[in-house]
Amino acid sequence: MTGAEIIVESLKKEGVEHVFGYPGGAVIPIFHQLFNAPLRFYLARHEQGAVHAADGYARASGRVGVVIATSGPGATNLVTGIATAYMDSVPLVIFTGQVSTEMIGNDAFQEADITGITRPISKHNYLVQNVGDLARIIKESFYIASTGRPGPVVIDVPVDVSKAETKFAYPEHVHLRSYKPVYKGHALQIGKACRLIEEARRPVIYSGGGVISSNASQELREFVEKTGIPITTTLMGMGAYPETDPLSLKMLGMHGTCYANQAVHDSDLLIAIGARFDDRVTGKISEFIPEARVIHIDIDPSSVSKNVQVDIPIVGDCRHVIAEINKSVKAPDIGEWIERLRKLKAENPLTYKDSEAKIKPQYVVERIYALTKGEAIICTEVGQNQMWAAQFFEYTEPRTFISSGGLGTMGFGFPAAIGAQIARPDRRVFDIAGDGSIQMNIQELIVAVQHRLPIVIAILNNGFLGMVRQWQQLFYDKRYSHTCISFAPDFVKLAEAYGAAGIRVEKKGEVDEAIARALSITDRPTVIDFRVDREENVYPMVPAGKTIKDTITMELL
Amino acid sequence: MRHVISVKVENKSGVLARVAGLFSARGYNIDSLAVSQTEQEDVSMMTIVVRGDDRIIEQVKKQLNKLIDVIKVSDHSDYPSVQRELALVKVNAQPAKRPEVYQLARIFGAEIVDISLKTITLELPGEPEKIDNFIELMRPYSIKELIRTGRISMNKE
Ligand SMILES: Cc1ncc(C[n+]2csc(CCOP(=O)(O)OP(=O)(O)O)c2C)c(N)n1
Repeated sequence: MTGAEIIVESLKKEGVEHVFGYPGGAVIPIFHQLFNAPLRFYLARHEQGAVHAADGYARASGRVGVVIATSGPGATNLVTGIATAYMDSVPLVIFTGQVSTEMIGNDAFQEADITGITRPISKHNYLVQNVGDLARIIKESFYIASTGRPGPVVIDVPVDVSKAETKFAYPEHVHLRSYKPVYKGHALQIGKACRLIEEARRPVIYSGGGVISSNASQELREFVEKTGIPITTTLMGMGAYPETDPLSLKMLGMHGTCYANQAVHDSDLLIAIGARFDDRVTGKISEFIPEARVIHIDIDPSSVSKNVQVDIPIVGDCRHVIAEINKSVKAPDIGEWIERLRKLKAENPLTYKDSEAKIKPQYVVERIYALTKGEAIICTEVGQNQMWAAQFFEYTEPRTFISSGGLGTMGFGFPAAIGAQIARPDRRVFDIAGDGSIQMNIQELIVAVQHRLPIVIAILNNGFLGMVRQWQQLFYDKRYSHTCISFAPDFVKLAEAYGAAGIRVEKKGEVDEAIARALSITDRPTVIDFRVDREENVYPMVPAGKTIKDTITMELL
Repeated sequence: MRHVISVKVENKSGVLARVAGLFSARGYNIDSLAVSQTEQEDVSMMTIVVRGDDRIIEQVKKQLNKLIDVIKVSDHSDYPSVQRELALVKVNAQPAKRPEVYQLARIFGAEIVDISLKTITLELPGEPEKIDNFIELMRPYSIKELIRTGRISMNKE
């Protein structure tokens, strides 16, 4: 069997159904085999689109996303997508073509040292030097990508390796003496954690993306039910616990709710689960949790005690550890605390000043929520649109909010929506977008048209790179240096040129009708160009490196 | 504080780059680094001397452990160990000064490996601290060239 055939056979062995990518000289042998392989192949129109789509597929399905691209520019075009997946711990296996082994290092045509380039932004990578190693490397890659703290793995395949022949045997097991993720939490530590929980008077759960990637949502819900402890999530953790529940404090951090941030600040015990104390969450770290002890559950030992000193570290899989805690933990006595938070929540709701004359972007998000009955899968771009999508939609299920959290990659949302729609044909998928971000991967529209994916792209069109403009307004004397992008394409015509539906909305009264019309279109994507209030800001806001005392709220301005 | 960390790794291409990249990407400073084979053909040992407070060293160790090709990380500051290094020192030594240099070399157990009209080259193996001391004593004679292998370390049984 040739190396190329081995790749296709191995993908079949791994149960892969969908592959995203783009061809080129160094991968022609692989594409030759893909031609009649029983896999669905999605031809992106830019390699970045392919890797974000695989990423969206992985996030929505919980499975490994697969990408194939060529050497040189094909491989370097993947870089942003690989870094995005790495920061958010998304399992991907990415095949790149490479020049033939004897040419490596000679600056050959379309040669790039992609293993060197992706070393700091991938969980692991391989340069295959011998076709005899290929099957084992693929087996290891799927294992590494999907276990422990998940992440992208790159396999660089020189063209002669794709063409070389060997006997194919897909390994049954992986033998990696140097990689053994710990799943079971330490029993003694779990016992200590239960004690701390029972003694706490002002506990808060701070839950992150790790809960979603370890599929621990059910265990988390049981934990909250058993203990009655209020819960806030990170951007990456949204959906793990229903935000409609009274114990949910929604998102914390820079644009989190005032009550979540206040609760965490005032807590005497912070139970961090699959979260990493990112600076967008903690603000000024020394004043983040002045009185709290910390329990930190995470599969990645290097996340524990990295930014915050932890009292009870528990290294292990969130799902396993929470299930163990649930077995023995007793509810603490926190009636007073719950009452205090209930008031705090009632007094500081997430809000905005609605208007009849202008369309408020928050209003659009609220209407999408209402008209989809909260059942849509929401992908986002980056910027204000992302934060409003987080704030004004209530997520109740894991894997229904898909957003580039760690890297903050503009242009992520739409290709990710393609992957999510492929993973979940039973759900409507939205990309809540900004007019800046959507232009970063708009070329993928043709992919959604080709595959009849009924994605709705809701552009919150403010004619600005809004989030940057907001910072310029608040912290840089309103010098809107190069953030005005009102010189823009006609998004309706653009959609139509691609064969998608296009709708423009300029009045508040038309918002519902446009969303309803988009929902009625099921055989192609729809772009809705919502002309929203141009200078609306995202509040509340804890400025970077500041504390909750410095929170900027709408009322303050 | 200075820590001596030994890192047992798979003997594969790219591993050194991975380890070195980790230090530069996270802003940790390497004092010295020695890489060599071990009793197992497919395993290499890296001995890294790194400076930092406990929190940084803890992170260094965790980050190293996270690399897929890293088999084992041990901090030799925690246990009694044998530590060795080799230095080559080329000093300017006019004939009049030579007896002094010879004598110091003898006391330290340094071997003379080359002599020219104006210079003497000495080889000194041993504990890194001893080498530091020797180098200090050679400075007045003006050191023309100095090179050290970086420390290697083995835990005592
Ligand atoms: C690839 C990339 N380039 C630049 C940035 C910096 N950035 C963050 S938010 C933002 C503005 C986004 O504008 P738009 O997509 O219109 O969204 P809005 O904030 O207006 O909702 C920019 C430029 C980024 N996050 N990603």
